[in-house]
Amino acid sequence: MAVANTAAPGRSSFLRRNAIWWAALVLVVLLPQVARSGTAIAVLNQMCIMVIFSLSYNMLLGQGGMLSFGHAVYFGLGGYFAMHLIQLAGGAGFFMPLPLTPIAGGLAGLFFGLLFGSFSTNRAGTVFAMISLGIGEMIAASSLIFVKFSGGEEGITADRTDLTPFFGHRFGSEVEVYYLIAGWMMLSAWLMYRFSRTPLGRMANAVRDNPERAEFVGYSQRRVRLLSFMAAGFFAGIAGGLFALNYEIVTEETVNLVTSGIVLLQAYIGGVGFFAGPIVGAVVYTLLQTLLSNYTEIWAFYVGLIFVATVMYAPTGLTGIIMMHLPIYRVRKLRTLALPYLKVGVPALCCAIGVIGMLELLHYLSVRAVGQSTKRLFWMSLNVEQPTPWIVFGLLAVGGFFVARRMAPALVAAWEAASAQAQGRGER
Amino acid sequence: MIDRRQFTRLAAVLAAGLVAFPTLAADPVRIGFIDPLSGPFAAVGTSGLRQAQFTADEINKAGGVLGGRKLVVVGFDNKISPKESLIQLKRVIGDGIQFIMQGNSSGVANALIDAVAKHNEREPDKRVLYLNYSAVDPSLTNEKCSYWHFRFDANADMKMNALTDVIAANKKMKKIYIIGQDYSFGKAVAAAAVRDLSLKRPDIEIVGNELHPIGKVKDFSPYIAKIKASGAQAVITGNWGADMLNLSKAASDAGLEIPFYTYYAAGNGITKAIGAGGVGKVRLVHEGPSNPPLTDAWRNLEKRYEAKYNDKENFTQPRISNTVHMLANAINKAKSTDPAKVAAALEGMRYTTIWGDVVTMRASDHQLQMPIRISVHTNKGIEFDMDHSGYGLLTESEVSAHVASTPTTCKMKRP
Amino acid sequence: MLELIVFSLLNGLVYGLLLFMLSSGLTLIFSMMGVLNFAHASLYMLGAYFAYSISAKVGFWPGLVIAPVLVGVVGALIERYGLRNVHRYGHVAELIFTFGIAFLIEESIQLIWGKQTMDYREPEILSVPLFTLWGTDFPAYKAFMLAVSIGIFIALLLVLTRTRVGLIIQAAITHPNQVAMLGHNVPLVFTGVFGVGSALAGLAGVIAGPALGTFPGMAAVLGSIVFVVIVVGGLGSLWGAFLASLLIGMLQTFAVAVDYSLEDLFAEIGISTSKTSALSDLYTVTVAQIGPILPYLLLVLILIFRPTGLFGKREV
Repeated sequence: MAVANTAAPGRSSFLRRNAIWWAALVLVVLLPQVARSGTAIAVLNQMCIMVIFSLSYNMLLGQGGMLSFGHAVYFGLGGYFAMHLIQLAGGAGFFMPLPLTPIAGGLAGLFFGLLFGSFSTNRAGTVFAMISLGIGEMIAASSLIFVKFSGGEEGITADRTDLTPFFGHRFGSEVEVYYLIAGWMMLSAWLMYRFSRTPLGRMANAVRDNPERAEFVGYSQRRVRLLSFMAAGFFAGIAGGLFALNYEIVTEETVNLVTSGIVLLQAYIGGVGFFAGPIVGAVVYTLLQTLLSNYTEIWAFYVGLIFVATVMYAPTGLTGIIMMHLPIYRVRKLRTLALPYLKVGVPALCCAIGVIGMLELLHYLSVRAVGQSTKRLFWMSLNVEQPTPWIVFGLLAVGGFFVARRMAPALVAAWEAASAQAQGRGER
Repeated sequence: MIDRRQFTRLAAVLAAGLVAFPTLAADPVRIGFIDPLSGPFAAVGTSGLRQAQFTADEINKAGGVLGGRKLVVVGFDNKISPKESLIQLKRVIGDGIQFIMQGNSSGVANALIDAVAKHNEREPDKRVLYLNYSAVDPSLTNEKCSYWHFRFDANADMKMNALTDVIAANKKMKKIYIIGQDYSFGKAVAAAAVRDLSLKRPDIEIVGNELHPIGKVKDFSPYIAKIKASGAQAVITGNWGADMLNLSKAASDAGLEIPFYTYYAAGNGITKAIGAGGVGKVRLVHEGPSNPPLTDAWRNLEKRYEAKYNDKENFTQPRISNTVHMLANAINKAKSTDPAKVAAALEGMRYTTIWGDVVTMRASDHQLQMPIRISVHTNKGIEFDMDHSGYGLLTESEVSAHVASTPTTCKMKRP
Repeated sequence: MLELIVFSLLNGLVYGLLLFMLSSGLTLIFSMMGVLNFAHASLYMLGAYFAYSISAKVGFWPGLVIAPVLVGVVGALIERYGLRNVHRYGHVAELIFTFGIAFLIEESIQLIWGKQTMDYREPEILSVPLFTLWGTDFPAYKAFMLAVSIGIFIALLLVLTRTRVGLIIQAAITHPNQVAMLGHNVPLVFTGVFGVGSALAGLAGVIAGPALGTFPGMAAVLGSIVFVVIVVGGLGSLWGAFLASLLIGMLQTFAVAVDYSLEDLFAEIGISTSKTSALSDLYTVTVAQIGPILPYLLLVLILIFRPTGLFGKREV
């Protein structure tokens, strides 16, 4: 496990044992100093919220083996409750600093986790997945109907600066909000990590892998699942509360199926088998969503491709791929992989360029206005009515694919050789 | 050439994986167009975007603004969601865009007017100005009014006043059904209809007052069966986009041939769907300058627009022309793109539209004072049809800007 | 009142049978392979788009035949080259895979056809009223939809109970290993069933496209409802799917017609309610408004109290 490895217990000092946490903290503090534009801060805020949300999702899927299609329920309801608290405190003027409001979201997530978990965690597997889908649809539909609570189609809004100042901060500016969100992110991530190390967290793994044996050791699988479910609900609610204070609006979309799907996507792309997986997933997804969408309208299609490719070829996710190379890196054998990687990478890149080119041209055909025929792509102007770009991209895609496939066995062999060495070193 | 300081900054920004473009004086003046470009209302949103871009191009051909700067309209897809609109607003602000245009859904407008006001107060050096070309919930220029919001379309109350005048004149009319989308605009239309009818014709019975989920109903047959069963003689609806399209489809499938009094039953496939069944029955309230074309300038503009899109598109929202032109005039008058100065220039501005109407931006609530017209769906006497269907909207009556005007309760907070 | 009931019945029947076409394939696929195919509704959407493109070139009727076949081929390819490979990672991975395919199909459709609603129409010959009752027309196209769905239902029943292939399929549902030992190619049967199930979804899309609109969100509208149908009906049961489809169809159509709320009920029995209370939403919403929640409420209740569904023999 990513974090587990570096945080192995031992005689090493407190500072060293938690090195990766300290590094993360420094990075989080320094980021807004480097990326100063308004867009960058907005992206960072979104990223931090998604990191908490994905981590909480992985408490279900990765650690507890529960596939949920309705995790946004706890995120969204947390958002609604936090927003009501902000509204209430802003209107009535009682003591309530903004940084504390996400707790209301967390408690709401916890409560609804208990409520819905009490009957849905009886069994794992498909029954659980279906119930979570049903609850997700029900809550999403209800949030459009019970207008007094949810504001209906328009959602509910509030002004976060109306609240009690927190050491002089009113959180008007985006950067102040960033530090608030980032602080919550670090705290929640650390707590969730600690949770995964508790006996309960370990039992969740056991129940995931073999519920019967877990029962034999004296744990009720139902109870273990329910507790994990509630904890996941709590942290999803915290994320929802942070969403509320960042965007100052909560609508039906925060509870609906699309949001539930996105969090599944993020966690899976990142790798559900690792604590750090969902973090990687959330960061990559947010970057794709915000940066890629500046360059192409069909960014979501690429995300879908990556997702399906992950499910088919790399079920351990991006983190899994990185972790595969960690032992090799430790024995300093990464260099032996450079050439095989280059041999596969270059044709694979050609293939990717070819596929992207074809897709972009195809998409352009359907959206172009009358009389337009040139598309700017890869810093070139291409005429979609001419066959040349199509042929070139087609050749790149097909040729790259076949060359890469021919070279792949050599890469696998090189990797196996290197990791055998690494293992040998590890055993010694 | 890049100097060292710029280089370090560039490197730093690149390091974070983000590229920020510094705004330069000769840059184009950008307008962020935040509207649905996907989903059930994509047709309306994208056609609005095309009309705004077309108008900006016309202004650019005539020399742009501030002596040569170009106007560029950039689309941002909000998927008709208030939440997504605020996320897009953050992008717009982050990109350094100073003007936003939005029109579809008063729900979105309610979120935006609030968010823009908050943002302008918190970060006065990055202010933005909100130009609303079509969200007509009356509250936006009444209790929720904001100095940073300007509306270039008659609000729902003004429009309903004109519609109910027509209904009230029909002495045989006794039973009316109101159906609308379940959000602030649909509710505002229903409230205005009930209020106006009870004042003008207390003898008319409202046999149904229904709100359905917005953008989610695909088959309106159950609703049509309900309308039919209620014995209504006419329907009032504020539906637009896919909701109007599907409603008229279901009505024509079921052969429901009673008059429809509408806000948006034309264009983007709706005129085609209504077809022969609605001739002389579907009426609509709008700024409507097309049949007969009020001026040659307007006739030529429509022809140019339709030629550009191979007759597949019509200039369905002439108010967009007013919005972009008035913004350009205000920028020129203010000699700046500073939203505060442009807002000051827009207040009280008089403008003669391409079709010859004289309109004024009322300073007290930022509601454009404009003449409105009632048109009927027909195939006779139509110079500009819609959806290439042979059917179009023929102007039946006109309400002058003075008569159309309604008082405001706005207490404008000025910076 | 009577006309409202009759037309609600007719509309509910049309909608319910459309649901059946979708869910029949899904329930067969599930009962054989244990996979809840999230992409099923996306294949339905694909059918509508294929049919739209075909009808623009050669007309509606060829599209009615070609589009489902194409969708069936797409489905078979997904099973053969996707699902079968993912199978070794377990059921959860399969579920996630179909979820990803659903996402990908929706995005591909936007990539090729754009984000707007397509102008896919019923053929001229069916765009006339079939009969008129109390002054309301019943469109011929809806009758056509009814006829096609009932035809499919009968054909499926006959194939499953009267033919050799049907017997093999039924046997493979319950005893896949024994069927394989008897020399039948079970993987091929799987691919075949997946293909046919997809083709049925495609056919549903072809005929629903003109009636309910052909747009990128059309899969999402029905995506979850079909799961409700197969779970409520009982997984693997064709009759269950049939009856559950009609139940859901009627439930949703009739809900629209009922304007009563709890408040009205309270008023009948003489309890007055406050309009300003924070909980007033709970008793002022009408049945018409809560219509969209009802199927999902049913789903959750069924899963809690009767996981075999109404007519199923095995649990989810």
